[in-house]
Amino acid sequence: MSIFNLKVNGRAHTVDVDPATPLLYVLSDDLELRGPKFGCGLGQCGSCAVIIKGEAVRSCVTPVSAVGASEITTLEGLGTLEKPHAIQKAFIDEQAMQCGFCVNGVVMTAKAFLDRKPKATETEILQAMSGVLCRCNTHVRMMRAIKRYQEVKS
Amino acid sequence: MRALSRRKFLKGSGALIVGFSAAGLTARFVTIPGEAVAQGINGPGSNQLDSWIAIGADGNVTAYTGKCELGHGLYTAQTQLIAEELSVPFERVKLIQCDTAFTPDQGTTSGAQSHPTNFNQSNLALAGATAREALLARASTRLGVPVDQLGVKDGVISVKADPAKKVSYGELIGARTFSMTLNPNAKRKPASEWTVLGKPIPRVEIPGIATGQFEYVHNVRVPGMLHGRVVRPPSVGATLVTVDESSVQGMPGVVKIVVKKNFVGVVAEKPWQAIQAANKLKVVWTPGSGLPNQRTFHEYLRNQKPTRDTFSVNSKDVDEKLASAARVVKATYHYPYQMHASFGTACAVADVQADKATIYSATQAVHPLKSTAAMVLGFKPESVRVIFKMGSGCYGVNGADTVSYDAALMSQAVGKPVRVQLARKDEMAWENYGVAFVIDQRAGLNADGTIVTWDYEAWTPTLGGRPGGNAPGNVVTGFLAGFEPQAFAARTPAPDPTNFGNGNNAVPSYVTGCVNGRCGGTGRVASQRVMTHDVKSPFFTGPLRSPARLQNTFAHESFMDEIAASLKADPVDFRLRHLSDPRLIEVVKSAAKTANWDARPSPRSGIRRTGIASGRGMSCVLYEGDNGYCAMVAEVEVDQSTGKVSVKRLVLANDCGPISNPDGLRNQLEGGALHGVSRTLLEEVTWDDQKVTSIDWRTYHPLYLGPDVPKVETVLINQPSEKAMGSGETAVTVVAAAIANAIFDATGARLRQVPFTPERVKAALDARA
Repeated sequence: MSIFNLKVNGRAHTVDVDPATPLLYVLSDDLELRGPKFGCGLGQCGSCAVIIKGEAVRSCVTPVSAVGASEITTLEGLGTLEKPHAIQKAFIDEQAMQCGFCVNGVVMTAKAFLDRKPKATETEILQAMSGVLCRCNTHVRMMRAIKRYQEVKS
Repeated sequence: MRALSRRKFLKGSGALIVGFSAAGLTARFVTIPGEAVAQGINGPGSNQLDSWIAIGADGNVTAYTGKCELGHGLYTAQTQLIAEELSVPFERVKLIQCDTAFTPDQGTTSGAQSHPTNFNQSNLALAGATAREALLARASTRLGVPVDQLGVKDGVISVKADPAKKVSYGELIGARTFSMTLNPNAKRKPASEWTVLGKPIPRVEIPGIATGQFEYVHNVRVPGMLHGRVVRPPSVGATLVTVDESSVQGMPGVVKIVVKKNFVGVVAEKPWQAIQAANKLKVVWTPGSGLPNQRTFHEYLRNQKPTRDTFSVNSKDVDEKLASAARVVKATYHYPYQMHASFGTACAVADVQADKATIYSATQAVHPLKSTAAMVLGFKPESVRVIFKMGSGCYGVNGADTVSYDAALMSQAVGKPVRVQLARKDEMAWENYGVAFVIDQRAGLNADGTIVTWDYEAWTPTLGGRPGGNAPGNVVTGFLAGFEPQAFAARTPAPDPTNFGNGNNAVPSYVTGCVNGRCGGTGRVASQRVMTHDVKSPFFTGPLRSPARLQNTFAHESFMDEIAASLKADPVDFRLRHLSDPRLIEVVKSAAKTANWDARPSPRSGIRRTGIASGRGMSCVLYEGDNGYCAMVAEVEVDQSTGKVSVKRLVLANDCGPISNPDGLRNQLEGGALHGVSRTLLEEVTWDDQKVTSIDWRTYHPLYLGPDVPKVETVLINQPSEKAMGSGETAVTVVAAAIANAIFDATGARLRQVPFTPERVKAALDARA
């Protein structure tokens, strides 16, 4: 066990865990955050994505010891029920989900990508999203929501 | 939305209140004989109005439902239903879903059954109508004015001619019970008067989900909760020899190794500790029982004994008609096992104490799970409470029930609450797969190109299924813990059918479906025989979105295209000539029109045998024979050098009766259509001689977001005066044939085995004459 000081959504947390523990478990169990979720534990679906240094990182395959002092942003760190972030609002407005379990991965991946590349073409966005899964297959609405966010942003 | 607390909102609404003592519950949930709808999945419900609806002193309405939100929008739609029937604003209705302590036993939610069950003249809808009439009757007495001179708005009943004379629901009944039974003749509000139902009201869960606030079953945290990890056998049929507990001795956080017959689990203080210990635990298993060769599996199915044989229809003239037909067309179709493969692995939290248990579960079936979890725990059912919490989309019987047993067994062993979330491989290797099929079909044609007889014979494997109320062994954990799956009931020869039903869509759309003089089919062909042989499966099987219906429809609708092609007939026109049901005809015409269907025979003329080829295909169904009409046109491109199929556009027309929420319906149809693309082009369970080998997203292939996603256009046909039907499984049912027919149209190559992988498509292209 080792002590780690994490900065999550602007708040400091101290946890005492096995250094090999994937960041996901620290976020969802030690800190009881609901945004990042366990989907596969293999980095194959996007469910656990968080944003670190502007990149969507798959927290299920990222040991907590690898995070260092970097700020971690999770889905609940973007906006709130009362004041959702523009990309969250786009997903709400488009009703872009069914069970919604994958939404964390879709939103965090799209946000990180478009924040880096606001003028991305549709082809580039599709490519950026091609490693993210939704088993309810709400792909059409999700793409609409992502494009809506891109428009609102620009 | 966080920790959506039932107590809190009951208190807030001022409703609820009475009759929830354990003794009261038994009396309240009286069964209504004959009320359970087809398939026996809908449960007895309740004929007591108070089981469904309570009105608080403030006039707010609390409604109780046994049909749960699975991501298909039902929670919002049911809230709309009650708001509409009672003429109260949507915001003043609180819906309590799927908690065995509070909600009627409606059996299994079953997405496609949930809408017809609760939106017709029974159950929740009937409760709404009964309550409205009861309130009007009370108001009539109170105000001294006949009911027909009263109007209702926002929970206030007033005299039409003198609106100052009024009384509110709260004043009429607030915080008291109705103490009456549902009135089977209570009049529903006609769709023409709807202001809430039928509108695209946004789903209530979505803001919470989008902002990471929503509590899934995965987020349930109970004080003192530990974490469990299952250790499944390494191969199918392996049984436990020994567990070496010393192999994990001293590992941090480990609380207990739990063994019950062939069930093995590790409980630890934290999830990562449980995972580490489960990986390290030394367990010796017997060798597996061996699996049939996957390459020849469809032949294996054909030759399996014993069988359970079922005739869906048999006009007893098929052999004769085939012998005298001008031409006979025949073909065989193959469908693989596929998985639910939920996006998030299954999770449950169980708190099992000495004499009672509480289970938080994403099961579709809280009351049945209460019974089977009690069996697993050795408890009486009344000592178990199951509380539904939404999980990852299930699409049928995914891991939600089995993981509930996992958590219950481990919690019982440690005497503390235990949360279990399965590893991806543990879910994928052991879930109840959607079934494989091999289907032979023959059609006899007369000289003018009309179908005169249709013959269908299929083999499909089965083992286990939904646990229902008494078969925990139907899923893996119950089986490992010592319960047998439901016994295979062999039956040969098949008895003659006694009445027509097409719940599995084994009967094609183009026959009359006549049994004992009553014709329930949607087509015109009178000579018909449909025989299904169930055989034992080496793997657990269970309902997967459009169970058997999808496989059968793939075969029927591909075959219909083959027949049309053999006659050089336009596939849409040829379908219409053989259909009799006007609503099925309408969806076919509507999809064709919206897609600008180019009427001509398939394959298209002038096909080049290299490069990219494009084509269009049609497919249609009346889902389950009575539960939703759908037709689809698929447009595809085929890269003839690689065999890769790109679906470019799907146009579908759907009629499921009166539309409760058009945006929710569209969402279901779009998702179903793309789920169909995924299953048609990519998904197949694989195995070696001992075990399943498709155990993650690199070995089981789903449709990811990105460039391979087609455009989807939906045409909604509203039928306000018809019966409410399902719509969650209509679209997915027609996709495989629509794509197969489009590939044929584009290339002249016929795909008869799902999934249409590039290798299979290439082989079919190479086999062209």
